[in-house]
Amino acid sequence: MTQTITIALSKGRIYKETMPLLKAAGIEVLDDPETSRKLILDTTNENIKVVIIRATDVPTYVEYGAADLGVIGKDVLMEHGGHGLYEMLDLNIACCKLMTAGFKDTPLPEGQLKVATKFVNCAKDFFSGQGRQIEVIKLYGSMELAPIVGLADCIVDVVDTGNTLRANGLVPQEHIADISSRLVVNKASMKMKHTALQGILDKVSAAVGARK
Amino acid sequence: MKYWLLPDGINESLPAEAKALEAMRRELLDVYRGWGYGFVMPPLVEYLESLSIAMGSQLDVQTFKITDQTNGRLMGVRADITPQVARIDSHRMSQLPNQPNRLCYMGTVLRTKSEEAGGSRSPIQVGAELFGHEGIESDFEVISLMLETLKVADVEKVLIDLGHIGILRSLIASVGLDTDQQAAYLDQLERKSIPEVDQWVSESGFDKSATDMLCCLPTLHGDVSVLETAKVKLSAAGSDMADAIEYLQTLINRLQSTFPSLAISLDLADMRGYAYHTGIVYAAYVEGSGREVARGGRYDGIGEHFGNARPATGFSTNLRTLVRLKGDVAPLAIEGILAPFEGDAELSSKVAELRSQGEIVISQLAPLDQLTVKEQGCSRILAKQSGEWQVVTA
Repeated sequence: MTQTITIALSKGRIYKETMPLLKAAGIEVLDDPETSRKLILDTTNENIKVVIIRATDVPTYVEYGAADLGVIGKDVLMEHGGHGLYEMLDLNIACCKLMTAGFKDTPLPEGQLKVATKFVNCAKDFFSGQGRQIEVIKLYGSMELAPIVGLADCIVDVVDTGNTLRANGLVPQEHIADISSRLVVNKASMKMKHTALQGILDKVSAAVGARK
Repeated sequence: MKYWLLPDGINESLPAEAKALEAMRRELLDVYRGWGYGFVMPPLVEYLESLSIAMGSQLDVQTFKITDQTNGRLMGVRADITPQVARIDSHRMSQLPNQPNRLCYMGTVLRTKSEEAGGSRSPIQVGAELFGHEGIESDFEVISLMLETLKVADVEKVLIDLGHIGILRSLIASVGLDTDQQAAYLDQLERKSIPEVDQWVSESGFDKSATDMLCCLPTLHGDVSVLETAKVKLSAAGSDMADAIEYLQTLINRLQSTFPSLAISLDLADMRGYAYHTGIVYAAYVEGSGREVARGGRYDGIGEHFGNARPATGFSTNLRTLVRLKGDVAPLAIEGILAPFEGDAELSSKVAELRSQGEIVISQLAPLDQLTVKEQGCSRILAKQSGEWQVVTA
C-alpha cells in the first residue's frame, strides 16, 4: 500500500537548512522554490511531495492534515499554541532567541506596558508570568521602530545577532525562550502512516545527531 | 449586520443533508437496540455541577452557562452527553451494583470552542455507554459496537489506536510526580514533544530508572510490538503497569481474532481525558480524514460524583462525521405525484393509498400554466382516465 506524504516548508532559512536533513532521509526536492513558481514540489521519492507556504501557515496545514509533516520555528509554534500537533524532533537549525528588547539604560515604566510584537500570545504569556498587565500592539514587521516613535515601551521579537536592534539604539533585555526549528507531525497521520513517518523521523533524527 | 448568518461553528441542515442524517440516525438507533442498548434523551440544559464536576475543568471551559432565573443557580448547556448518561445510570435507574446497564444517546451538544481547529461547535453527538461491568468483556463489546457504527457509515478500513491510562497513572505514581510536575509532563506528552521531555527530565533531577521511563513513554507508539518494548522498559513501575500492558495485550488478541482486517496501533502516552479515564482509551481513524472519527474509553470513577460509583465504558462520535464518511448526501430527486385540487372522494382515497405505499403525493396549489409539474416538485400527475384516478407521467 503506497501512502503519499506531504511535507510543509517555508522558503528561506528554514528551507535551506532543512534540505540536508531531508537528504539524509533520502528525500531531495527536484525543483528550486526560489526560481520555480510551483507551490507543490516533487521529490526524488514519488510518494513524497513538498509544499511551500508561509511559515505561520505551517502549523495550520499540519493541524488540518493538509500536510503530514512540517518544519517550523518554535516561535511560530509557541504563538500557534501547538495543540493538535506532535512536535517530535528538534532539528537544531535556524537557532535564535525570543526576547524582549527596549532602550538601553531606560527602565520600563511602572504599570501597564505597551508591547509591540507579532508574537501576541507569547508576549501575553511571558508578561502574565511576571504578573504584569500589558497592552499588546500587533505589528507584522519592523518591530524595532515601535519604541523609537513612541508606539510601544518595548518589543518582543526573535533575536539572532542583535544587529538590527543595536542599529536602532535598542538592546535585547529579557530572555523568553530559545528558538530552533521543530519537525511537527499531524496526529492522525502519525497513526495512519506510522511506518513511513517513523522511518523519516528516525533518519532525520540521526542526521541531526550526526551534526552535533 | 447580516443577522441571518449563523454564529461560527453552528450548523444546520437543509432537506438533502437532513434526510441523510435522519436515515443514518434511524439506522444507528436500530443497531443499538439490537445490541440491547436503551435509548435515552437527556435534557438540553441542567445544573452545571452535574455536567462538569465529573469530567474535569476542560469540559467546564467548553460549557455555555446560563442562570436559572427561578433560583439563581447556574445551568449549563450540555457540551458532552456522557456525564448526563452517567448521572442517569447512577441516579435515575435502580440497578444492582453489578448489574450491567446499556444506554445509548444521540443529540446536539454545544461547545464554546470546537475541539478541533475550524470544527463544529454544535456536533450531533452519538454514542453508547455500558455501566456496571469492569473488565475486558465490556470494553470489547463497546469497541465492537463502535466498529459496527462505522460500518453503518460504510467505512470498511479502520485503524484503532489504543492506549491505557493505567500506564501513565502507574508511571506517575511510581516516579512520584507532584501536581505541577504532572501538569508539565502531561502538556509535553500531549504534543509528544520529545525534546522538551528530555530537557525537563534532565533538569528535574530524577534518578536513572525514573529518567529512563519518563523519556521512554512518549516514544512508545506504533504497531503492536510496542507492548513488548514497554514490558521491558517500563518494568520498574511495578505491577499496575504490568497489569495494564497485559490487559492491552489480551484485548488486542481478542480484537485481532474477531476483526482480522482491523488495523491496530498503540499509543501508550495517550493522555487525553486523563482527568476521568481510568482504563483503556482509544480512537478510530480512517484514511483521508486528518482527525479521529470516533473515540472512547473506560471511566470507572465518574459515578462517584453522583454518589454511586459504577464501572463505565463507552464511545462517542459525531453523526455529521458519519454521514460525511458515507458520502451519500444526494440532491433530493423530483419524484412526487401531483394531485389536482378539484377532485372527489375517490381521489382522496387514491392519494391516501399512494402515500401509504411510500409515494410522495403533493396537492396542486397553482394552475399548470403558471407553475409546471416539475416546478411543483413532481414528475407525475394524478389524472382521471376512463373513470378512474391514475398516475400518469407528466
